[in-house]
Amino acid sequence: MTELPASTQKKLGLVIDLDTCVGCHACVISCKGWNTENYGAPLSDQDPYGADPTGTFLNRVHSYEITPEDGPAQLVHFPKSCLHCEEAPCVTVCPTGASYKRAEDGIVLVNESACIGCGLCAWACPYGAREMDAAEGVMKKCTLCVDRIYNENLPEEDREPACVRTCPAGARHFGDLGDPDSAVSQLVADRGGMDLMPEQGTKPVNKYLPPRPKQDCAEEFDVLAPLLKPVAEDTKGFLGWLDKALEKL
Amino acid sequence: MAHSQPALDLSPKVSDEIRQTTCYMCACRCGINVHMTDGPDGRKRVSYIEGNRDHPVNKGVLCAKGSAGIMQVNAPSRLKKPLLRTGPRGSGEFREIGWDEALSTAVGWLSELHETAPEKLAFFTGRDQSQSFTSFWAQNFGTPNYAAHGGFCSVNVAAAGIYTMGGSFWEFGQPDWERTKLFMIFGVAEDHDSNPIKMGLGKLKERGVKVIGVNPIRSGYNAIADEWVGITPGTDGLFILSLVHCLLKAGKIDLEYLTRFTNAPVLVNGDEKSPEHGLLMRDDDGRFLVLDRRTGRPAPYDDPQVRPDLAGTWRKAGVTHRPVFQLLAERYLSDDHAPEAVAERCGIHAKRIRHIAGDLARVAFDEAIEIDRPWTDFRGVRHEKMVGRPVSFHAMRGISAHSNGFQTCRALHVLQILLGSVEVPGGFRFKPPYPKPMEAHPTPHGNGRPGRPLDGPHLGFPRGPEDLLLDDKGRAKRIDKAFTWENPLSAHGLMHMVISNAHAGDPYPIDTLFMYMANMSWNSSMNTSGVIKMLTDRNEDGGYVIPRIIYSDAYSSEMVAYADLVLPDTTYLERHDCISLLDRPICEADAAADAIRWPVVEPDRDVRGFQSVLIELANRLGMPGFTDADGAPKWKDYADYIVSHERRPGIGPLMGFRGDGGDAGRGAPNPDQLDRYIENGGFFETHIPEDAAYYKPWNMAYQDWAVGLGLYDSPQPYLFSLYVEPMRRFQLAAEGHGDVQPPEHLRGQVGKVMDPLPIWYPPVEDGHADPVEYPIHALTQRPMAMYHSWGTQNAWLRQIHGYNPLYLPTKLWQQHGFAEGDWAKVTSAHGSIVVPVAHMAALNDNTVWTWNAIGKRKGAWALSQDAPEATKGFLLNHLIHELLPPKGDGLRWANSDPITGQAAWFDLRVKIEKVAAPQEVQPVFAPIASPVGVGPKSLAWKVGK
Repeated sequence: MTELPASTQKKLGLVIDLDTCVGCHACVISCKGWNTENYGAPLSDQDPYGADPTGTFLNRVHSYEITPEDGPAQLVHFPKSCLHCEEAPCVTVCPTGASYKRAEDGIVLVNESACIGCGLCAWACPYGAREMDAAEGVMKKCTLCVDRIYNENLPEEDREPACVRTCPAGARHFGDLGDPDSAVSQLVADRGGMDLMPEQGTKPVNKYLPPRPKQDCAEEFDVLAPLLKPVAEDTKGFLGWLDKALEKL
Repeated sequence: MAHSQPALDLSPKVSDEIRQTTCYMCACRCGINVHMTDGPDGRKRVSYIEGNRDHPVNKGVLCAKGSAGIMQVNAPSRLKKPLLRTGPRGSGEFREIGWDEALSTAVGWLSELHETAPEKLAFFTGRDQSQSFTSFWAQNFGTPNYAAHGGFCSVNVAAAGIYTMGGSFWEFGQPDWERTKLFMIFGVAEDHDSNPIKMGLGKLKERGVKVIGVNPIRSGYNAIADEWVGITPGTDGLFILSLVHCLLKAGKIDLEYLTRFTNAPVLVNGDEKSPEHGLLMRDDDGRFLVLDRRTGRPAPYDDPQVRPDLAGTWRKAGVTHRPVFQLLAERYLSDDHAPEAVAERCGIHAKRIRHIAGDLARVAFDEAIEIDRPWTDFRGVRHEKMVGRPVSFHAMRGISAHSNGFQTCRALHVLQILLGSVEVPGGFRFKPPYPKPMEAHPTPHGNGRPGRPLDGPHLGFPRGPEDLLLDDKGRAKRIDKAFTWENPLSAHGLMHMVISNAHAGDPYPIDTLFMYMANMSWNSSMNTSGVIKMLTDRNEDGGYVIPRIIYSDAYSSEMVAYADLVLPDTTYLERHDCISLLDRPICEADAAADAIRWPVVEPDRDVRGFQSVLIELANRLGMPGFTDADGAPKWKDYADYIVSHERRPGIGPLMGFRGDGGDAGRGAPNPDQLDRYIENGGFFETHIPEDAAYYKPWNMAYQDWAVGLGLYDSPQPYLFSLYVEPMRRFQLAAEGHGDVQPPEHLRGQVGKVMDPLPIWYPPVEDGHADPVEYPIHALTQRPMAMYHSWGTQNAWLRQIHGYNPLYLPTKLWQQHGFAEGDWAKVTSAHGSIVVPVAHMAALNDNTVWTWNAIGKRKGAWALSQDAPEATKGFLLNHLIHELLPPKGDGLRWANSDPITGQAAWFDLRVKIEKVAAPQEVQPVFAPIASPVGVGPKSLAWKVGK
């Protein structure tokens, strides 16, 4: 119902390193803070001090356990926000044109003044990345901090999304994924960056760097054994070794 | 619909002003940019908080807590006015009063105590970040009864570090993040040290450096560890000493480092009949003696010509004296420490222990670092290079909060030192004012004198039994029994014992309990129900057993309800503070730094910063230290104190912009100092010269720099203590030597635990709670997004962690047939709770755990009574007693480390059974009346248009 641009000049997006994310939720709250004060309606909270506090968040961290057959269970922290898809089904489903993808940088936004709060886009998004603000009745989503990244009122180094600026572990990277030479594209190439649910055909711009293989598997145990070859079998022999070693100092 | 785009303002105004101050959403103390925007009423409000890029601690990043500070400043739980209790204690019924009445009430209670019996005031300050000031206040009041919360937090880490190497983790030091090639992290509360650890891990990940996580729970930092060691709680010391065994046996130790910089070569008196048996040998000038390889004779350790021997012995008058290193090698080479001997107990395969030891050896020795940077040591010997062993470690509460935690922390430091990896490139690095050896710290003081100051600082590091705080009859001088034979090295006090001891009148009754920022009637106490009873118990005459309670907090915490007088504090954005080198510092390995807080917003309530209130009380009481000889106040408020107070001539709370504004460290007070800090972003930083960057305890360039800055008044080079001689002095007393003798019932314990070389013994609770009856270990962790009860009331943060299930490993989950949504009864030797459970596979097989401080009491924190924190959230505290179960000897045995008194939270053993889901968690507590009402039903905190 709403057309996507034929192409975009850039494909701005996030690269999220699942090998580094400790699940601290810094990005979640920094996003909440920035986008409550900025772009469009504030991210409201219902029953914030009551039995069922539910607020609007544009970015949430989920945690998943993986239990491999040959090693102990692992925990993966998985931050998720809008992936700014090239084939964004949330845009095409929008009856009013409120949802749109920017031609210059590919950011998917909601024009709140045109949004009727019908919620179709949230249904269409396979990632669950959009949230209807209960107070305002408009659809909220990650703006990739469009009001930061070009903002001339901010120092140049701060012209990046709030979640990237705040991430303590440096697990979040921002850049043009349409440019194969950009730092983020290089990172994706080096680390085997992945699309989330590629079978959906949405062509997400955001990429995830998978956790590196763990080293807690039993097979590798003996590789280092020669390093621990005893210098002696008893204390007397040890003192003999010690005496010789000290002489060499 | 064809593609179309609305016009968008890509450069909207961000805010009207940025004010830079210091975060207080946890103990990390990051620099923050507080964006201020004019609200519709024209009043400036906080509109956004982000990290300060220039700040030494966080360099621009900020965690969830920090960004959620905006919800702390507007929290509905903020106290509004001073409160005087009208209902019974615990009811939450108060009358709002003015400050004049509040202050005169407090002065009325305190004045007589100050003049006649200062020890009857117990002043404990919880998660205080102004301890150098609050202790100064208590010292001048004259009471020996002062401490902050270290005793129930991580005193084992701090004390073991100071005694072993003059510094420890977190505020004391950090891994060399830029150069380390292997990092091992043990049991860390994920807010200690919050952002710097995350930033450091990020740097390691960028370089592909291996991270080994040792923790029964694989969450947070352990989730991203390359190798996870899901150790059995309380056995870390055993595991570490087995690593030491493997490394010693393979000769993978740094002999040059050990001979030059540690007490490894120092001779130990081997005369079993001597009262100095086991003490270090010294020459007539008091210098340690080592054996010189050139002569085979003893010689002073600091003689540059001496080649210290570790392999020889010295025989004199029929007695053989051996160097420390030989005692150490003999102990840890023993088969008792072989991986096979400890594997089962630790829950770690012997092969894995060897493999990790191999990893440490490989990186430390095959991948050593050399930096071309000449430096000169304290012996005057010049070294052309800085050699590094690039393995580094970090540890916190996980190893600290056990009753064997002190020795476990010692063991870890000994491992670091044997590898030669402390204060070298790629290893562990101190942060100013550390390194600072035990000898440069005070001893404890506890002689209260009516109307006069205490005889010295409360807290310190005993050198031997003569430094214990005991009266003529051997009774504790302090209400918490710190520095007694029960826990001789209790360097942070025992805040967790204060209410219990005051209630028992053991060692004596008190009159007024004065507390700050510590939720002692809830999540900060063991045995929560018991403590509530102690706070409300009455004597036969109808008066309370603890007669008076004054409490200061910014929020309507559970503890507020138990106070007689409540002094409402400001939030952290409405106050002055200093993050001082005299206190818990925020330096970096390459720089000294300190910082301030200042009122970036004015309070909209009738509240006052607690430190300014203390000054007002001191002035009204005419306390020494705070008033001149003629009784005139020296300082009008805390800001005035921060700028004008001198601890030593030229040394004040803040080191920056002293004198005319150009002096760092030493200099006259500068009335413009706070303005200069504000102009500078709220902090001051001065860098350590490159040639002073490593080997700090022995590097004269560092020592001279530290003296210049005023960290010490003369160079303080020292040897690391593999062997801690002060501990041996206590052991000697237990063996019958000396005038100060332990009571008979503690003689055996002191003799055993005060071993000058690290030992491992099972957690003390194992000897009291039947391990067969209670086979499961139970732990708590702090979520990264929260800092105890402050965080869990926060409107944004409580949407992340709104309640806390008990996490069960697969084995227990299946064994008990649990399914999602089930509840369990969890029972310890002390009590039972009924709580919701959840499955977690990445967990030690015999361990259950939950997030701490999420459970809340109904009526507290301005939350509604049906909030999940109150109905499904719970505390493990109910299962943990501050005392061990009675032994039948009539004595009260603290559930604490017998060396430091550290609260042994993590010794807890439980059993579990599946039960029908109750309406809410058990035990159920009656609601308390809220002095602040309940928060609003909706929030949309947009300040600007």
